Amino acid sequence: MEGIIGYGACIPRNRIKVEEIAKVWGADAPSYRKGLLVEEKSVPSPDQDTITMSVEASKLALKRAGIDPKEIGAVYIGSESHPYAVKPSGTVLAEAIGATPDVHTADFEFACKAGTEGMFVALSLVKAGQVKYGLAVGADTSQGAPGDALEYTAAAGAAAYIFGREKIVAEALETYSYTTDTPDFWRREYQYYPQHGGRFTGEPAYFKHITGAAKGIMEKSGLKPADFQYVIFHQPNGKFPFRVGDMLGFAKKQIEPGWLVNKLGNTYSGSSPLGLTATLDIAKPGDLILIVSYGSGAGSDAFVLKVTERIDEVRDLAPKTRELLDKNKNYLEYGAYAKFRHKIRKAE
Amino acid sequence: MRDVAVIGVGMNKWGELWEKSLRQVFTEAAILALDDAGIDKIDSLIVGCMSSGLFVGQEHLSSLLADYLGQVPVPAARVESACASGGLALRMGFIEVASGMSDVVLVGGVEKMTDVNGHEATFALGTAADQEYECYHGITFPGLYALMARAHMEKYGTTREQLAMVAVKNHYNGSLNPLAQYPFKVSVETVLNSVMVADPLRILDCSPITDGAAALVLCPVELAKKFKKPVVRVIASGMATDAIALSSRQDITWIESTFHAAKKAYAMAGKKPEDIDLIEVHDCFTIAEICVMEALGLVEKGKGGKAVQDGLTSLQGKIPVNASGGLKSKGHPVGATGVAQAVEIVKQLRGEAGPRQVKDAKIGLTQNMGGSGGSSVVHIFERD
Repeated sequence: MEGIIGYGACIPRNRIKVEEIAKVWGADAPSYRKGLLVEEKSVPSPDQDTITMSVEASKLALKRAGIDPKEIGAVYIGSESHPYAVKPSGTVLAEAIGATPDVHTADFEFACKAGTEGMFVALSLVKAGQVKYGLAVGADTSQGAPGDALEYTAAAGAAAYIFGREKIVAEALETYSYTTDTPDFWRREYQYYPQHGGRFTGEPAYFKHITGAAKGIMEKSGLKPADFQYVIFHQPNGKFPFRVGDMLGFAKKQIEPGWLVNKLGNTYSGSSPLGLTATLDIAKPGDLILIVSYGSGAGSDAFVLKVTERIDEVRDLAPKTRELLDKNKNYLEYGAYAKFRHKIRKAE
Repeated sequence: MRDVAVIGVGMNKWGELWEKSLRQVFTEAAILALDDAGIDKIDSLIVGCMSSGLFVGQEHLSSLLADYLGQVPVPAARVESACASGGLALRMGFIEVASGMSDVVLVGGVEKMTDVNGHEATFALGTAADQEYECYHGITFPGLYALMARAHMEKYGTTREQLAMVAVKNHYNGSLNPLAQYPFKVSVETVLNSVMVADPLRILDCSPITDGAAALVLCPVELAKKFKKPVVRVIASGMATDAIALSSRQDITWIESTFHAAKKAYAMAGKKPEDIDLIEVHDCFTIAEICVMEALGLVEKGKGGKAVQDGLTSLQGKIPVNASGGLKSKGHPVGATGVAQAVEIVKQLRGEAGPRQVKDAKIGLTQNMGGSGGSSVVHIFERD
C-alpha cells in the first residue's frame, strides 16, 4: 500500500482584484468576473518564487508526515516558472529541507500539470521500492502578458506531497495519464510571456483531456462519479471545473471544497494540487477523492485516493489551505503588482 | 445566353473545425454537392475565398482544390470580393455556364478562420475595409457597423430592441438547422445583456468567426432536366460596387451597392420584391439585415427595424429572411457565406429544408455583401 503521508500548501499573502487589473486596461471588470468566475488572484512578493514557495509547502508537508528528511529518496518540483532556465530548482529545495546528498532530484515542466507529473513519478518510485519516501511539489509564479485575458487569473502558489508506504493519509488506489500532442498554450525560449490558442484551449484541449483522463481512471478502477466524495479538476478559471464536472456527471458539491480559483486565481502547476490540499483538510477517513490535472500541450494525470484514519492525526499539524487563502491578505494596486511581477523593466 | 440551373448543393457542419484543414473542409462540401447532383466529373471549378493567404498562408487555391477534388486538369479560378466572394463565385459560375463556355461548373466557397488568433482574424477581416482611410485610423468592422447602427437609430428611430430581434429571429431559425455553428435560441434580454463590442453593438449582434464551406453544381437547364431533382433555375444575377470606405458614402444608413445589384437582378428576372417567397441576406451584424431589407425594396427606407419587430421576416412571416439562421447563427466563413445562402434557397425551393421549411416556396433571393457594402451580389432562383 502506497500513498500520501504528508501534504502542505503555500499561498502568497498578496492579492490583486479583477477590478484593479481591468481599470488599467479599460476592460469591463463585471464581464471578466462573470466570464471567468474569478474575483481576485494571489501575487508573489518580490522575494517569493517557485523555489521559496516549494520550500515553504514542503516544510509543512514534512510536519504532517513526521519523517526524517534524510530518508527522502526523490525530490521533484513541477513548474513552468523555474527561476533558472539552466540550474535546477529541486536541488535548492532538497538542500533546504535537509534531504541532500542521498537523493534523486529533477525539475518537471508540462504547463499546468508539472506538479501532478512529479507526484506521479514520486509515487511510482515508492511503489517500485526504489525510494522510501518521495517528495513532489507543484509550484508556479504564473505568467500572463499584461492586458491578456490570462493576466486576470495567472497567480502564485505551491502544494507539496510526500509519498510513502507507512502512516498513509490518503492511499493511492489508481493512477492514469491521458496525453496527446495538442498545442494550445506555449512559451518559447527567450519569450517573456506565454501565448495561447484562445478558444482552442477549451474543447480540444482542457475538456478533451480531463474527460479522457477521468473516464479512463474510472474505467480502470471500476468507479463512477457517485462513488467519490470529492473531485478536483485543474482550475484555469472558475467555470471550466464545473463545466467539465457536469460533462462527467459530478455534482457541484463534490467540486466546491477543492475549488479555490475564485479567490486564488490559476496557480498553474499548483492549481489542482492546491485543490487537493484544501480537500484533504476537510476529508474524512474512507472518503474517495478523484484529482485530475490538466497541462497544455497537452495531458492530464488522474489519481484515485482513499483517505485513511491518519488524516485526523495530521490535519492540524500545519496551516490549512483555506486559512492561507482567506486570512492575512494584502491587497495590491496595479503599480506595486507590476513591480512585484517584474513587469517594469529597470535600467541595467 | 443559356438558362442556368442548380443540380447539386453541398454543405458540411460549420464551426470551429480545428481537426480539419481548408482543403478538407472544402472537398467535403464539394463532394456532397457532386453526390447530390449524382455526378463525379465537372468541366470547371470556381472557388470563392476571401483571405486564405492571411488565414492559413495558402494561395493558389484554384489548382489546389481542383487537385484535391480529383478534377485536374479542369480549368479553375478563385475569386475574391471580401465577404461577397462566395456570391461572386456563383455569379462567375453562372456566367460561365450561361455563356456556353462550360456545361457543368462546380461553384464553391470556403474559409478557414480559426487557425489564427482573434487579433490576426480581425486584421484579416479588416483588409475588406479601406486600409488607408479606415483601418489605419483604428476602426474595425464592428466599429463601422456600429456607426451605421447609431446613424440608423438617430435618423429613423430604430431601437436597440429591434436590432436584438434580428439576432433572436436568426438564432431561432438556426436552432432548426443542424449544420449551423450556433444552433441555439437567444432572447432579446440575452442579446441586450451580452458583452459590449462597439456601442451599440453587442457580441450577440455580431456574426461569429467560422470554418466552413459550401458548394453548388451548375449546368444548363436543358441538361438539368435529365437529372432526378426538381429543376431550380438561377433566373438572375446582379452585382454592384460602391466606395469601400464608409466615409465616402452619401448616406451610411443606406447600402447603395445592394440597391443597384437588386435592381439589376429584379430586371433580369422580371420580378418585383413582392414576388419573392424567401430571402437569405448578409446579416454580418444585426443592423446589416435591417439596412439590406430596405435596400432590397422589401420595406420602405427606415422601416427595417419595425418590419422585424412586426414579424414580417420570421419563418412564418410574409417574407421569411434568413431561414437558415443567417450569418448570425449559421456562422460566417466569409468566402463560403454567399454560396451557402444559395444552398439554403435551393433546399427550400426543393422542399428539403426540414423543420425550417418555408411553405410553398417557389422563388428565392440571396444577397451577399463585401465589407460594409463596398460590393453586393444578388441572385434570384426559381423552381420549375
